[in-house]
Amino acid sequence: MANEVVLLGYWPSQYGMRARIAVEEKGIPYEYKEEDAWNYDRSPLLLEMNPVHKKTPVLIHNGKPICESLIVIEYIDEVWNHKSPLLPSDPYDRAQARFWADFVHRKVYGAAKRIWTTKGEEREGGKKEFIECMKLLEQQLGEKPYFGGDNLGFVDVAFVPFYSWFQVYEKFGKFNMEAECPNIIAWAKRCLKKESVAKTLPDQHKVYDLAIWIRKKLGVE
Amino acid sequence: MGEVKLLATPQSSPCVRIEWALKMKGVEYKYMKQSLLNKSHLLLQSNPVYKKVPVLLHNGLPIAESLVILEYIDETWKQNPLLPQDPYDRANARFWARFFDEKCAVGMWKAGVAQGEGKGGAIESALESLALLDKQIEGKRYFGGEEIGYMDIVAGGIPYWLNVLEQVGDMELLTPQRFPHLHRWSLNLMQTSPVKDCLPPRDSVVNYFRLGFKKARSMSSANNNKS
Repeated sequence: MANEVVLLGYWPSQYGMRARIAVEEKGIPYEYKEEDAWNYDRSPLLLEMNPVHKKTPVLIHNGKPICESLIVIEYIDEVWNHKSPLLPSDPYDRAQARFWADFVHRKVYGAAKRIWTTKGEEREGGKKEFIECMKLLEQQLGEKPYFGGDNLGFVDVAFVPFYSWFQVYEKFGKFNMEAECPNIIAWAKRCLKKESVAKTLPDQHKVYDLAIWIRKKLGVE
Repeated sequence: MGEVKLLATPQSSPCVRIEWALKMKGVEYKYMKQSLLNKSHLLLQSNPVYKKVPVLLHNGLPIAESLVILEYIDETWKQNPLLPQDPYDRANARFWARFFDEKCAVGMWKAGVAQGEGKGGAIESALESLALLDKQIEGKRYFGGEEIGYMDIVAGGIPYWLNVLEQVGDMELLTPQRFPHLHRWSLNLMQTSPVKDCLPPRDSVVNYFRLGFKKARSMSSANNNKS
């Protein structure tokens, strides 16, 4: 059977970007379909393929859906295992990669969201937690060029999409990422030299404009 | 095999999951009971990010977060595989495991803690998650098929812990009328090794939830007073 791959995504979503970077890294031919998350008329395809969460990304491989971005990355890595491994081969290293990808997924996203969708004490709390997360991640990265070692790995793919949102966090949180965590900025710029990342990450200004629109819609100041 | 230690508390279902997995693999381990009120130096050193149980120590190397630990166990000891072989089936098992932890378990807990006006809505939300699980287990002996697998271990908190949660939280969620398939699976799982041989005393779980509810309710009331 021919390999038919469709990816349902939403351009500013960090989750969708993860899946896109993974397919691009593997050189998999695919069709991308944009789903506007703010349009409550979700497409029939999305509702059919992800009836539980009704969210992107969804990878559809020969008609079968795989949902949840980190699960999508692992699926891609297992099926297209001929090049660009995203997870290491040693079980302990794989466990560490899964731990830190999950950390990014649960801790970083939640803290970051508070920075730009709330105000006052809650925003300050989000900012403090976000910066703490960045420092922990800097420690994890250490002297390596990527979290995956010499090449992009699971944690890099899970985390680098946040780079496109850094300007949003900086402006609403009133802080400077380069000053707080210079190694994270250096790492992100290194990742951006990879075609899979450069092709996928939207421009920070475009994301910032969207954030302003969303804040108005949510009624935040 | 190497030296395997498990930092855990007996009443915590994510910790018991790990014991079930190790027993299914026939892996010998040293159980190191942890106090959550007075955390040991070993726990803080082994899981500095979350400072929580369970933590598996294999030849001194720590692995934290129960779902991560389960996959590590499955990849290190290949006998009696927990996850299926096919990548699509593996993705499916991972999806429902995450769903259980992020939606079901959280929803059931919140429904238990909730009091007064909010309780009805919280219960409804928990029931919606359980309905999805009920559909998943329909027609299958276990989530893993004919044998217990990854998702059975992850959702294995339902037969025992949910029962206590219902009692302490003054609610009824899992009934055979509402969720016939999930109810049948629950009864079946409680008769199956290693689940049936490795459960904490019920009283201890009752106390554990009572304390947890007290803490959650006082935090919620403190937040309400602030705003």
